[in-house]
Formats: sequence, structure tokens, C-alpha cells
Amino acid sequence: MRNMDRLRLAVQLIFTILTNGYTYGYLRGKIYQGNLKYTCVPGLNCYSCPGALASCPIGALQALLNRQGYHMPFAALGFFFLFGSLLGRFVCGWLCPFGLVQDLLHRIPFFYKRKRLPLHRILKYGKYLVLVLFVILGSLFLFGGFAKVPAFCKYLCPSGTLFGALPLLAANGQLRELTGALFLWKLAALIFILLLSVIICRPFCQYLCPLGAIYGLFNRFSLVQIHWEEEKCVSCGACQRACPVGLSVRQISLSPECIRCGRCVSACPENCLHFSGKKTVCPREDTVR
Amino acid sequence: MGFWKKSKSPGWLWGTLAGIAFLGMGLAFGEFTVIWRKAIMICMECIGIG
Repeated sequence: MRNMDRLRLAVQLIFTILTNGYTYGYLRGKIYQGNLKYTCVPGLNCYSCPGALASCPIGALQALLNRQGYHMPFAALGFFFLFGSLLGRFVCGWLCPFGLVQDLLHRIPFFYKRKRLPLHRILKYGKYLVLVLFVILGSLFLFGGFAKVPAFCKYLCPSGTLFGALPLLAANGQLRELTGALFLWKLAALIFILLLSVIICRPFCQYLCPLGAIYGLFNRFSLVQIHWEEEKCVSCGACQRACPVGLSVRQISLSPECIRCGRCVSACPENCLHFSGKKTVCPREDTVR
Repeated sequence: MGFWKKSKSPGWLWGTLAGIAFLGMGLAFGEFTVIWRKAIMICMECIGIG
């Protein structure tokens, strides 16, 4: 394992433990109710996880959209702009607990690994569809009829099932008695995504995550960038081979798909890729997809 | 998309300032209380019950 990967794994583990450190919740099947929940963590971290110390930004957005009437969700937009402008999808690569789970599963030795699903060029837009259909329209009126529901959390979010439902149901018998078809559907979705993660690198992040879709929009101008020194590049392709989502050197950092994991930085034999706050050299428009 | 290439201003700075402004507006409209109230109750939808 390269140094950058080790560092990233350490950061992912420490951040996940720190932001889910309410141990009492795991033991009693309860959730934290303190003031830290006024704020959001940057990654997809269910606020119904017994250990969660802060709120989930997508959950917060849906809670604001679920209010009576139609209001602009300023606080959620604030979190997205703040985290997105500073970090972009660095959040996905380094700070998201569900990203960590997918990374760990992808390390399981398996005879066949793929970076992408077939039809990736089309399927990668799935996360934008989820954002619009489930998070925004779904929360406003689509699924609940006149009642507003957090549609993404309710019907799709695997992070909620893994970090929220399973630990809570394990520790809380009363909740276990209430489970039904909806829980089975969510459990099936979670298992499918987890199994897919063993073969495909981060399938949820690449194809379904609405938070990744939002942060991806900030990738071009976020403060944290992977800087490419084109004049030093020998076009060996090592970065593209190392990239878990198969981006070329011209797409790295600027593409909405780049999760800033830094594997390209470790792989470059000429050290022409490195993390920086500088503006990345802009490639030709048609090379970034 | 040409404006991204031509822009010399630090986009991240404007984005961060916009984020802070949005957070301020959220605070003024009491949105943090809405988030907190949702986050301190077990979300039945999130865990696949509600």
C-alpha cells in the first residue's frame, strides 16, 4: 500500500470515528441529542446513526425542503457552498464514512475488479437524477403526495441503513418489531451496493450519491486541487492506470468524477501531480467529461 | 463553459463567502433549529421504518 493510500485510510478512519463517537448511543440504541447536531458533517453520515455527533447535509436539505410551504433551504446551501468551495470532492475521497466502507470492500481480493460499470458514460449521470428526483422533487412533493417525505433517506440511502438502521435495530428491540417491507427494500439496496463495491470501485459514489453530485459541481474551482505540471509530464499514463475511476491526466482534479483520492499523485514517476491550493492548468474543454 | 477558463478570480473564495452568507441567512430564518429538531429524533424514514 502506498503512503498516500495509508494516509488517506488513516484520515478516513479517524474522521469517521471522531464524527461517530457517541458510544453510549450504540450501547443503548439511542441517538445523540446535543447541540453539535445544529451543524453538518461534510460527508454522507446519517444523523440517525447512534454514534453520529452532527447532521447529514443531505438529510438537512431534505428536512428543510419538507417544511410547510416552499422555502429556499439556505442553511443546507451554505454547507454545500462552504465544503464544496474549499474541498470539492476531496470530501468523498477522504472524509465520507460510506466512501470508506466502499474502499474497504474494494480491497477484498477478488478475481475480477473493474473501475467502472458498462455504460458508465450514461450511468454516471444517475447521481444527478437521484439528486433531482429523490432529494429535491421527492422531498417537495413527488412521493408523499400532499405529505412531504425525505424521499432519498426513505427509499434509497444505504448509509442510513448501514450506519443508522442496523446498529439501532441491533440495540433496540422496540424498533425491531416495527420493521417491514420498506426496511427489507432498503436492506436489499444496501446489500446490492456493498456487493457491487467488491467488484466496482465506489459504485454508490460514481453512480448514485447526490452529495457527490453536488460537490462535483465545485471541483473545478475548489481550493483543494490536484495540480498538474504539464511541462514535466512524460505522458506515461501511470496516473490514469492508478485512478480508481479511470480519469486521464487532463481530467484529474477538474472532472466532477474526481474524488481527490491522490492515487495519481503517488503513481506519478515524475512527481508532476501534487495536492495544492493553486489553480490547476485548464485542459481543452472537450477533454473533460 | 468558457468562462471557467477565462476567470482569474479565486472561485473558491467567492463560493466560500456565498456559503457563509447562506449560513447566515439560514441562521436568521431559524433553519438550524429545523435541522437540529430533525437530527435529534430517530428518523424513521432513514432507518427504513417510517
